[in-house]
Amino acid sequence: MTADSHGAPSQGGRLSTLAAAWVVARRDFTAILFSRTFFFFLLGPLFPVIVGALAGSVGSRVERSADRPEVGVVMTGADADAVLRARDGLAERLGQDLPGLVVLRRLAAGERADTAAALAGKQANIAAVLSGTLSAPVLTGPRAQIEAWSGDVAMIAAQAERGTLQAWPRVRLETTATSQVSERKSRLRTAQAAQTLLFLLTMMLAGMVLSNLVEEKGNKIIEVLAAAIPMESVFFGKLFAMLGVSLVGIAAWGGVGAGLYLVAGSAFPHLPGPAVGWPLLVLLGILYFSMAYLLLGSVFLSIGSLAATVREVQTLSMPVTMLQLMLFFFATYAMTQPGSAIEVAAALFPFSSPFAMLARAAQDPAVMPHVVALVWQAAWVLLLVRFGSGLFRSRVMKSGPQGRGGRRRRLARAR
Amino acid sequence: MTGNAHGSTPYDGSLAIEARGLVKRFEGVTAVGGVDLAVPTGSVYGILGPNGAGKTTTLRMMLGIIDPDSGYRRILGAERPHDVAHAIGYLPEERGLYPSMKATEAIAFLGALRGLPLKEGRRRAHELLERHGLGYAADRQIRQLSKGMAQQVQILGTLVHRPRLVVFDEPFSGLDALNQGKLEAMMRGLAEDGTTVIFSTHVIAHAERLCDEVAIIAGGKVPFAGPVDLARDRIPAQVRLETRAAEGAWRAALPADARREGQFWHFALPATGIEPLLRALIEGEAGILSLSIERAGLHDAFVAIAGEAAARALEEEKPEELRR
Repeated sequence: MTADSHGAPSQGGRLSTLAAAWVVARRDFTAILFSRTFFFFLLGPLFPVIVGALAGSVGSRVERSADRPEVGVVMTGADADAVLRARDGLAERLGQDLPGLVVLRRLAAGERADTAAALAGKQANIAAVLSGTLSAPVLTGPRAQIEAWSGDVAMIAAQAERGTLQAWPRVRLETTATSQVSERKSRLRTAQAAQTLLFLLTMMLAGMVLSNLVEEKGNKIIEVLAAAIPMESVFFGKLFAMLGVSLVGIAAWGGVGAGLYLVAGSAFPHLPGPAVGWPLLVLLGILYFSMAYLLLGSVFLSIGSLAATVREVQTLSMPVTMLQLMLFFFATYAMTQPGSAIEVAAALFPFSSPFAMLARAAQDPAVMPHVVALVWQAAWVLLLVRFGSGLFRSRVMKSGPQGRGGRRRRLARAR
Repeated sequence: MTGNAHGSTPYDGSLAIEARGLVKRFEGVTAVGGVDLAVPTGSVYGILGPNGAGKTTTLRMMLGIIDPDSGYRRILGAERPHDVAHAIGYLPEERGLYPSMKATEAIAFLGALRGLPLKEGRRRAHELLERHGLGYAADRQIRQLSKGMAQQVQILGTLVHRPRLVVFDEPFSGLDALNQGKLEAMMRGLAEDGTTVIFSTHVIAHAERLCDEVAIIAGGKVPFAGPVDLARDRIPAQVRLETRAAEGAWRAALPADARREGQFWHFALPATGIEPLLRALIEGEAGILSLSIERAGLHDAFVAIAGEAAARALEEEKPEELRR
């Protein structure tokens, strides 16, 4: 190595906090975008879809293969035929919810029905046995089953005794778009779907930013960064890089989702329109997602400053993850109590605020509360990043590579 | 104005770094207990001490990586080190680069952290890699380079923005003898171009060869800081004398603590100088066969200043090849 020419003055000047954060964010963004991590991040939403589809398929198979419980009939031939006719006639009007009937034995006149033997017979789907006469039917079987069927069986027996089906008055149908109750219920569904999506995304990303920081501690790059730029810039750079990556991911998923909707829109479940309208809900969703992620990410970065190894990170981040899960449930519960003190508390507490406010956007058309909430959440992000970076500076850059114990021994020796 | 050890660029009298009473404690343990430093602009300045003495903590405080619990620091005229970060280059003891980055990008990124535009950083990175014989590795990922090569890439990244002050923390550790020589030459070159170079080391030979001034640090304190010559002058020069006569009047001229080893007498050069001693030896008919005056080395000065324990600690950490 030879000396370098230092004749030319150095270019550039002191970087502002934001400019320094941009340098870190640009590097991290590019590195993550072209890494395997991002590939798996993109594939992430496929896993629940695949698992859900598999579980659904297996479930329906199980359901199909399971025998539908039916009522065995042990009556005289005439009575048995009458109940079968009555059942079929009623089923045409009421649907297939009526229990199915299977004649097990046609009794001769005066013959006693052996219901116990009928229940213990080979037909596995017989859950109860109907015996007696049309005017005094007897239903034998487990309590829960016979109690559930007693009304239906009584109706069938009455109809069988009457013989012909009576004419029922025709009901004129007048449809409306929705009712107050169903609209509220539907919006709750939309709010819940938005909250769940927000929560899953946030947890996934906060974990990624934490791994990224721990990896950097392992790479020993952190000291180079800390010497050149303020730690706040490092934190902001890392947080915003991951946010940028996630927005690219969301855009990709959104594109795929929009394409699927265009191709097979009718097959998708219908989610009712939110109170603020879809465009604003999507915008607020992105903003609240950003805030939720920045809040949790800054906490996870602070955890990174306390942990020296990946194992320590896992140990320390577990309670935070649990806490976040509880806050998610808290926000979900608060969503069902609009206007209550609980909802206000969920909206005020910074870590549940994005979830609570997003749910509110689905249920309440007012926009101003969202502006206030976003400012409030941003203030907390600043505060947490400041705290986390301060903690990082005080906890991480303690000594040389020899570690604390060895360092103290040497200090003592040198003295 | 005084000239630096490398001849070409004189100090201008200003201080690149000034620190007074820096104190840092970690969990109740005092890592640095009141350090004073004054690093002249354009000098090569060594911070010498065993591991755990407080060198890295001192450098980190200077650079603003950590804040002192008390004390005052000024670096390139600024009290907040990050205000002059664009004029500083820093190579930490624990080297680190992003393994997936290409060498050129790694150098440009380190420059960008110091305010150098990325495009210019890439251009200079190519230039530096070519000049240092690493042009072939420009597009290789750091993980594909040997440890020594990666270290060279990081050193180039430390210099890409052409800083006025370069701080190296244990720069020679991990380098083979050939690359240690190259790094020494680079540091001399930087000083000749007017860059202030500070480095910490526990190898006295490096400090002795390179430094205009040193700070000896032990147990978190600085018992000496100043020119290398001044450190050596703390110990009087040693006289080695061989005489024909075993006894005689000349013996009265030797100091009381003079010791004999074989045919030679060893003793500290008297404060009065060599001439009165020579006169007494000749008049006392000692029959001088040989007489040499050996100036104290930095190692002896270190022992005298920092104490035997610190010197022993330093010796234990010396690389095997240097101990031999």
